[in-house]
Amino acid sequence: MSNVIRVNTPLSDDVVLSLRAGDEVLVSGVIYTGRDQAHKRLCELLDAGKVLPIDLTGQVIYFVGPTPAAPGRVIGAAGPTTSSRMDAFSPKLIAAGLKGMIGKGYRGDEVRDALKEYKAVHLAATGGAGALLSKCIVASKIVAYADLGTEAIRKLVVTDFPCVAAYDAYGGSVY
Amino acid sequence: MATRTIQYETVVETVERLCIESCYELPDDVLKALKSAADRETDERAKKILGQLIENASLAQQERIPLCQDTGLTVVFVEQGADVTISVPDDDPKLCITDAINEGVAKGYENGLLRKSIVAEPLNERTNTKTNTPAVIHYSIVPGDKLKITVMAKGGGCENKSRFKMFNPTDTKQTVSNWIIDVVRQAGANACPPFIIGVGLGGNFETACLISKKALLRNIDDHNPVQFYAEMETELLEKINDLNVGPQGFGGNTTALAVKIETAPCHIASLPVAVNIECHSHRHKSQIL
Repeated sequence: MSNVIRVNTPLSDDVVLSLRAGDEVLVSGVIYTGRDQAHKRLCELLDAGKVLPIDLTGQVIYFVGPTPAAPGRVIGAAGPTTSSRMDAFSPKLIAAGLKGMIGKGYRGDEVRDALKEYKAVHLAATGGAGALLSKCIVASKIVAYADLGTEAIRKLVVTDFPCVAAYDAYGGSVY
Repeated sequence: MATRTIQYETVVETVERLCIESCYELPDDVLKALKSAADRETDERAKKILGQLIENASLAQQERIPLCQDTGLTVVFVEQGADVTISVPDDDPKLCITDAINEGVAKGYENGLLRKSIVAEPLNERTNTKTNTPAVIHYSIVPGDKLKITVMAKGGGCENKSRFKMFNPTDTKQTVSNWIIDVVRQAGANACPPFIIGVGLGGNFETACLISKKALLRNIDDHNPVQFYAEMETELLEKINDLNVGPQGFGGNTTALAVKIETAPCHIASLPVAVNIECHSHRHKSQIL
């Protein structure tokens, strides 16, 4: 059976390089949410040479658009969305300092190349386990693009968020 | 035969309830299929993922958290008895059953704390309608005085991997099957396996797609009543589970829980085939009024 490795965010190069495709990874600390429209906006800012609303250095972006939180709860269901839709954007964000992503499904060659070049990792969480995964999220706050609603960028605090290292910094893949 | 009247509000309330219940409660047949798949699964990681999905379903129901954050585009199938009329509110006589259904969806998604995932148009502004409406509604008129409403919360990830193809009328079962299997292989991890695969054979361009979706509404354990297609369902399921995609695409022998084929008559020149991929979070619920 694969290794189980606990990591804390932000991710250092050493931590990224310690992960191999297939490892089970439990993520703790701050992660940011972002999906299609937030990625598009972040890349438009980078293209225009402008400052991003969040500092991506060492950070992890979780591809998720949660359901609304019930009263007294931190967040609603919050499982991963399909990663490949972010393939056109991720390399740019990785070059800007992003160290990790969490989503479901395959990544394209452009992302795999960027993971190797900049020492970053792509993690997979279980798609369709939105209720279960929400239990690992202990705090949530919108920090950018509130107008995007569920697609806004949220700062989450997670504890032992369960993932599998899907694509590592060595070109390896679990798929 | 006398006409039976169903109140507009009854339709609204029924749709609201079906939206909420379908997003919080995995149907029994799907849960049972996940459990038997977990028992059969030989890959250790696949077994663990299936275990997470079973735990997710029980957590969703007990703690009232939606099964999945993608609470879908709401697809509504209406079978309206020819002897049924829907009363309209006195203050707005222009309303009809379509309005009642959309009102029910909007209420369900608001009151059920479900994610509103519909944008008003596809390519320009993509502004969220903030109600999860309009629903996609398919009507059929049937004999009798009942109204059957089925709500399906269809996720975007699996819908994106669904495909349509026109085959030649002389093509064989094997040619068609190979393409179906390839569609499933290409969907792979992106569409949240283990899947339920709806196949529409025949009809025309739009009918094949529609019956491929209707196929998903069948009980997970049943088979097409025609032996030829029942056997094809079984063969496809075996071959799909030999792909080693597995739960979440990490490998294993549980790539699909079921394959459902629906057929329709078609033109002598045509053999339309549609594959509608459904994720394991197969959320649908019906009510007969």
